[in-house]
Amino acid sequence: MAKTPIITVKNLVKQYDDFTAVKDISFEVFEGEIFGLLGPNGAGKTTTLEIIETLRDKTSGEVTVDGFNVDTDAGSIKKRIGVQLQAAGYYPNLNLTELIDLFSGLYGIKVSPAEMLEKVNLTDKAKAKYKDLSGGQKQRFSIATTLINNPRVVFLDEPTTGLDPQARRNLWDLIREIQKAGTTVVITTHYMDEAEVLCDRVAFVDGGHIIGIDTPDHFIDTLVASGFERKKTVKQANLEDVFINLTGKEWREG
Amino acid sequence: MINKYSNFNATMAIAKASLLSILRSPSAVVFSLLFPLIFITVFANIGGGGVTVDVGVAKGSDTLNPIYQALKKVSVVNLVTKQAAVEMQKNLEKGSLDAMIDIRKNMGKPVFTVNVKYTRASAEKGNILKSLLQSIFYQVNTGGSNAPPPVAELKQATVSGRAYKYIDFILPGQLGFSLLSTGVFGTAFVFLSLRQTLVIKRFFATPVKRYSIVLGEMIARVVFAMAGAIFIICVGHFAFGFTLIHGWVTVVNMLILSLVGLVIFMGFGFTVSGIAKNESSIPPLSNIITLPQFLLSGTFFSTSAFPKWLQPVSNALPLTHLNNAMRQVAFEGAGLGDVTHQLLILLVWGVGIYAVAIKTFKWEA
Repeated sequence: MAKTPIITVKNLVKQYDDFTAVKDISFEVFEGEIFGLLGPNGAGKTTTLEIIETLRDKTSGEVTVDGFNVDTDAGSIKKRIGVQLQAAGYYPNLNLTELIDLFSGLYGIKVSPAEMLEKVNLTDKAKAKYKDLSGGQKQRFSIATTLINNPRVVFLDEPTTGLDPQARRNLWDLIREIQKAGTTVVITTHYMDEAEVLCDRVAFVDGGHIIGIDTPDHFIDTLVASGFERKKTVKQANLEDVFINLTGKEWREG
Repeated sequence: MINKYSNFNATMAIAKASLLSILRSPSAVVFSLLFPLIFITVFANIGGGGVTVDVGVAKGSDTLNPIYQALKKVSVVNLVTKQAAVEMQKNLEKGSLDAMIDIRKNMGKPVFTVNVKYTRASAEKGNILKSLLQSIFYQVNTGGSNAPPPVAELKQATVSGRAYKYIDFILPGQLGFSLLSTGVFGTAFVFLSLRQTLVIKRFFATPVKRYSIVLGEMIARVVFAMAGAIFIICVGHFAFGFTLIHGWVTVVNMLILSLVGLVIFMGFGFTVSGIAKNESSIPPLSNIITLPQFLLSGTFFSTSAFPKWLQPVSNALPLTHLNNAMRQVAFEGAGLGDVTHQLLILLVWGVGIYAVAIKTFKWEA
């Protein structure tokens, strides 16, 4: 993979009145990769994402996205990114088709709602309201809205939280498809198995610092080389494999 | 891939979405259209009747005599014949009957005796009946003779003019009320909910400008409220005979006033959405703004009927001036140039409330 940085974060600091959420963070996201931001709640992941997404002011540091600076070119960045927010709602009383039309107007790009919904497998929900969708469908719809402007980068903040194993796997497939279409993906998650199978590289964030950045494989190999051993011997399958094996691969709605 | 971005198209996309959402929200339709229409229907019918005097007619009373026939022709008098004597007595004591009448035919002279029982429970209406009866008696007893009256004669004339119907008073008030609730409640609820459900935050991740969001929402509300105003005026005019002196010119003037009022009331809505901490604090805050105006701005009664000490309060409220301007335009045929005094006061309110709204408005939770 060609390692051209599409996002560059240098010495980023975010200071709130009484505490510092982000303390001098630097990293790069390469074009075409799936990049994971991992870490406990309150580590500064969402704050960092929102600064890159131009939704939040930073205290100091430098951030560029696809060659544009967040300080001077926020408008150009907004046109080139797709953002899925944690727990964001959608305009009330509208169905999915009307919501896509709304976003199409907001981005200033004509799209066919039917095509967008087909991309995320929601064709039969075109006339449904967002609030009537299942958890997995909601996340897929959110992702559809991030793809309207054909973005260079999409940001997904905990897209799989609260989903059942089938819906989670289904979303992984969708995220891989987005990557295959040439879009860079930045994702946060609390599920390490997810980061391991999905992400090309991950950064661990804790207490406002980045404490490690590498490929999942390399992280694991390093840990094992240092003499780490699991308390229980590793079996060939885990309980989630059992779950999927027993309940089948097709995701459930509702 | 990236064309020139159009703020106009983005604004219109929001306006369209918002309008769809308003039309599908039951509370907007109920408060802005249904309530005013119910009030108009109820008050147009109550108001039209004027005063009636309910008179019980005793069982066995003679009904063929000229006095009874004359009473029957008086529109103010409502003769009640179907009640039993005991029931009639009770109703008389309660005041739900204003008087009771029993006319007996005599063998000798005078030919008829009219027994009337009034009630202290309804003295005023009793007096109306008393003077009615006296004038009927005078006519009956003089027997229509053309002899000149011995002391004074009465000459009566009625000047012809437009009948000022109650609908002409109630409709502009209800229109103002409709604008007030659309402006305050609608705006306050939508901006609070868009802020709390992070809809606005998600919008901020698109190239849309902030003014597009505010403008789009305002346009949607203006379109909805103007369509509502036209609907209310049409129902009033065609179903209840609401007076439109200069026809559609009057309608256009009323719509311009409606727009001015609505923009001011939306300013209150923006302020409430900024102050409110959550959805449940919106109704009380909005009611603090709408209820006093609903009661004190001449929506149902003329403000001149209020006690002296209350008048300055009611004269300070924007809806009072909107209602006054609206009534002058609709009934007296005034142009917008004739209501500059009211428009000026509304302008002061507008400047004031938007200054407060800009200070208190919040984009993010």
